[in-house]
Amino acid sequence: MESPGAATRADRVRALVAAHRGDRGALLPILHRIQEEFGYIDADDVPVLAAELNISRADVHGVVTFYTDFRSEPAGRTVVRLCRAEACQAVGAERLIAYAEQSLGVALGQTTPDGAVTLEQVFCLGNCALGPSGQVDGQLHGRLTPARLDALLAASRAAAPAAYEVTTSGKTVNS
Amino acid sequence: MTTPVTVYVPRDSAALSVGADLVAAELERVAAQAGRSVRVVRNGSRGMLWLEPLVEVVTERGRIGYGPVAPERVGELVAAGLFDGADHELCQGVVEELPWLRNQTRLCFARVGVIDPLSPEDYVAHGGLAGLRAALATSPAEVVAEVTESGLRGRGGAGFPAGIKWKTVADTPDTLKFVCCNADEGDSGTFADRMLMEGDPFTLIEGMTIAAYAVGASEGYVYIRSEYPDAVRTMRRAIAIAREQGWLGDDILGSGLRFDLHVRVGAGAYICGEETAMLESLEGKRGMVRAKPPIPAISGLFGKPTVVNNVLTLASVPAILADGAAAYQALGVARSRGTQVFQLAGNVARGGVVETAFGMTLGELVHTYGGGTRSGRPVRAVQVGGPLGAYLPADRLDLPLEYEAFAAAGAMLGHGGVVVFDDTVDMAAMARFAMEFCAEESCGKCTPCRVGAVRGVETIDKIVAGQDPDGNLALLNDLCELMTEGSLCAMGGLTPMPVRSALLHFPDDFTARTERRAEESAGRFEEAKS
Ligand SMILES: Cc1cc2nc3c(=O)[nH]c(=O)nc-3n(C[C@H](O)[C@H](O)[C@H](O)COP(=O)(O)O)c2cc1C
Ligand code: SF4
Ligand code: FES
Ligand code: FES
Repeated sequence: MESPGAATRADRVRALVAAHRGDRGALLPILHRIQEEFGYIDADDVPVLAAELNISRADVHGVVTFYTDFRSEPAGRTVVRLCRAEACQAVGAERLIAYAEQSLGVALGQTTPDGAVTLEQVFCLGNCALGPSGQVDGQLHGRLTPARLDALLAASRAAAPAAYEVTTSGKTVNS
Repeated sequence: MTTPVTVYVPRDSAALSVGADLVAAELERVAAQAGRSVRVVRNGSRGMLWLEPLVEVVTERGRIGYGPVAPERVGELVAAGLFDGADHELCQGVVEELPWLRNQTRLCFARVGVIDPLSPEDYVAHGGLAGLRAALATSPAEVVAEVTESGLRGRGGAGFPAGIKWKTVADTPDTLKFVCCNADEGDSGTFADRMLMEGDPFTLIEGMTIAAYAVGASEGYVYIRSEYPDAVRTMRRAIAIAREQGWLGDDILGSGLRFDLHVRVGAGAYICGEETAMLESLEGKRGMVRAKPPIPAISGLFGKPTVVNNVLTLASVPAILADGAAAYQALGVARSRGTQVFQLAGNVARGGVVETAFGMTLGELVHTYGGGTRSGRPVRAVQVGGPLGAYLPADRLDLPLEYEAFAAAGAMLGHGGVVVFDDTVDMAAMARFAMEFCAEESCGKCTPCRVGAVRGVETIDKIVAGQDPDGNLALLNDLCELMTEGSLCAMGGLTPMPVRSALLHFPDDFTARTERRAEESAGRFEEAKS
């Protein structure tokens, strides 16, 4: 049986499909919208999409898994993507990545245990003359150094206090 | 009240990446404090990226540039008289007179950095729509002929003549045809597509509309990679504005031409830059490469005749139609006509966009424009044409920037990206990365690419570790041969290019690290003795 939350999500997914009814080959735009709203594509979204779009579940699943952008679970509260492509390597991207992995205590592709930061690799952000480049929550940054990265992470932590650090009673339970 | 001073602060994402938004906000704040009335215009970038954020102030002498301006320095600059174009150590003088810009031939990038990208008035005032109007005044067949005569070749990598592609689509009868712009720009070292979309989006819209008129298409898509959120936003807003202006829609410029345009966003797959994978992705499928034939011009998006062109190809078209094929064709050398938008990247002192006629040497670009490395160390290698392009050593920089000369040297111009490395680069690591990238980004359709790239990584690791180097070098060569010969598309087919060029020009980097260390200390011993 679906939980009430699941029913709401399925309804919302159907509404998003409906919003793209007139679009040709609408699956990618729909998946982007779902991920924008929910942060990831749930396994339960797949049969809903398949039914609404009249394609097989295997087809939907195949698309979701083909593209690196689509997540199967939520990311950390801050997503840091560091460029590993050639032009950024030429100005020390690998050293910056090693620093990030060490200071966050996670490898590329992982989320810190407290759910604060997801660290990812990306191949080129179109900022190849001002590398090393990275994106913090979708915002592009150039000429990154360990110090700048630390400052950006501190700023994003301050701007987006952890949802589960504060209980409904307002007390901090997780610091 | 005095008339406001106009100040330009780029909104290009490269400029934003080093603080342009903060600079713009700070300028407004400091101006208000000083009681100066200013009008801040957010332009694209001039492409002198080492100067970003580059602030320009309109004066009687012209637009005076200051850069790179850190937000913290705005107060000091204003106090020194920035709003009056006063001198300062960050003052670069009249921007348009800077040799770096003045010596370029900007056709495609003529308006980028000059205008407010989303102002239709600016666009028209700076020559926008002249190409489309000229096209609509002639027949579609004449437009195709004009593009063919100009010698324009595809800027996305393969260099296929644009006019011939358009003619095929025009000659394939169908009630529904498409124009698709490839804005996937996945190559490291390239950013010109992004800068054009962020800095002058109407030019791309105009180019696509001309293509639609020429081939009889009614619907268009711009496929932009998801790594470019600013370009996506700007293109979407520009399309909405163009519809309001009657530059898109059911009766374009009152000519009866019907064409509409949509932005589609990729999802993090390099292979979706390959045109047939892009079409699959546009159809809502996995980005698997299609076997050719049929070519997209005959059976493309949803099986319909489709023009697929790169951003820069399409953005070159308005100028060709406005000024005539002859003017375009007069630029360049041999079979490389017109201008190419080169992008200087990596370890380079003055990185950015250099649009110039084909034929300049690579060395001129790297040294005269680029100013050598950013680190100040010697240039050791330059990769041209993205991750599938060759690595060239410092003594091959005499190569003229031209399709055929590069092909003859076992290299390719590709999308015009030039990535500079200094003498600390480990070329075995770069060769390994080329294989790793291919393994990561392969669509998986054919074995030589999917399996060969993984084997390539392992084999390079063994060579570098000193395990049977001769045997493994032979194996690596065989793998490269197999990938070149047996891959369906250029992903697997060209990955051997960076690998082999690294092996050819930098063989010492592949000898075992232990061996190398021994040799180095022996060398030092020799030096110490002498
Ligand atoms: C692996 C791979 C990636 C490619 N990536 C791009 C790209 O990002 N942008 C692009 O315009 N062309 C790219 N191409 C080339 C396209 O397949 C195609 O040739 C081009 O879009 C045609 O447009 P043009 O003739 O205007 O260059 C790529 C090709 C391959 C094999
Ligand atoms: S060469 Fe690679 S990317 Fe190209 S079709 Fe084959 S598997 Fe796909
Ligand atoms: S290579 Fe890092 S931004 Fe292009
Ligand atoms: S067997 Fe290795 S690529 Fe085909």
